[in-house]
Amino acid sequence: MIVYWLCFILFLVGLYGVITRRNLVKIAISLSIMEFSTFLFFALVGYIDGGVAPIVDPADPVKVYVDPLPQALVLTAIVIGLATTSMLMAVIIRLYRKYGTFDIREIKNLRG
Amino acid sequence: MELAISVIVGLMILGALYAIHAKDLLSAVIASGIVGYGLVICFLLLKAPDLAIVQIVVETITLIIMVAVVFDSSREESFSKPDTQGYVSAITAVFLIIVLFYFFKISVSALDVFGESTLRMAGPYIEGATEKTGSANLVTGVVFDFRGYDTLGEATVLVTAVLGVLTILRLKGKK
Repeated sequence: MIVYWLCFILFLVGLYGVITRRNLVKIAISLSIMEFSTFLFFALVGYIDGGVAPIVDPADPVKVYVDPLPQALVLTAIVIGLATTSMLMAVIIRLYRKYGTFDIREIKNLRG
Repeated sequence: MELAISVIVGLMILGALYAIHAKDLLSAVIASGIVGYGLVICFLLLKAPDLAIVQIVVETITLIIMVAVVFDSSREESFSKPDTQGYVSAITAVFLIIVLFYFFKISVSALDVFGESTLRMAGPYIEGATEKTGSANLVTGVVFDFRGYDTLGEATVLVTAVLGVLTILRLKGKK
């Protein structure tokens, strides 16, 4: 059970970073930390003690496999996470070119 | 097994804490790599080799993009005195963390004990999967056969993201 709690604490660290940081790059890092903790949680839920990786061996078919469904879902989510992160970095680099800073409060004051 | 994963997740938490408090943006990006590559080891320990392969590729690409962005800038995070807005957001963060803690405490009791999960949904997927899908890897079978439309949607999201990045980076901003 302690693993679930540690995974949740990792999520909370990311949330704290998103809310309190002012630097855009650090906000992007915190968002990806939250993402990673969610992936880890899915993989933890699907794990079975003594299970093997879900690859069928025809020679020895009677085995306990770990749950392949959460793994398939996370596989999709990881790739989408890459897409969202790269789009976020594109927006950040545009903002830096325009305002010359990563600080969100300064960008807010410079507007208009 | 639980102990080993706990140690690695603990290191990932330390890396995450350093990443969001580092002065230099480059060290923040590198410290966020601790979290990503720690996740790779966790996936390997949790018997998910497909996830580990995908995660190591994705983490490397993410790090390259982030380092490119950081090198293009001044890198230093400007130090600023804590002001009213900073205190407000810190209090909001603490409040949200307490609320989420409460709800997680309730919901974690509904989960199976770690390592003793039951195959609720995946039973029919595993049952005779090799004959149904023709793939020895069950994860591939789920991704490309049983949940093929999910993968189609994922491809759509990827194309949309690529179009978005191209549009954002190509336009000339107003001076």
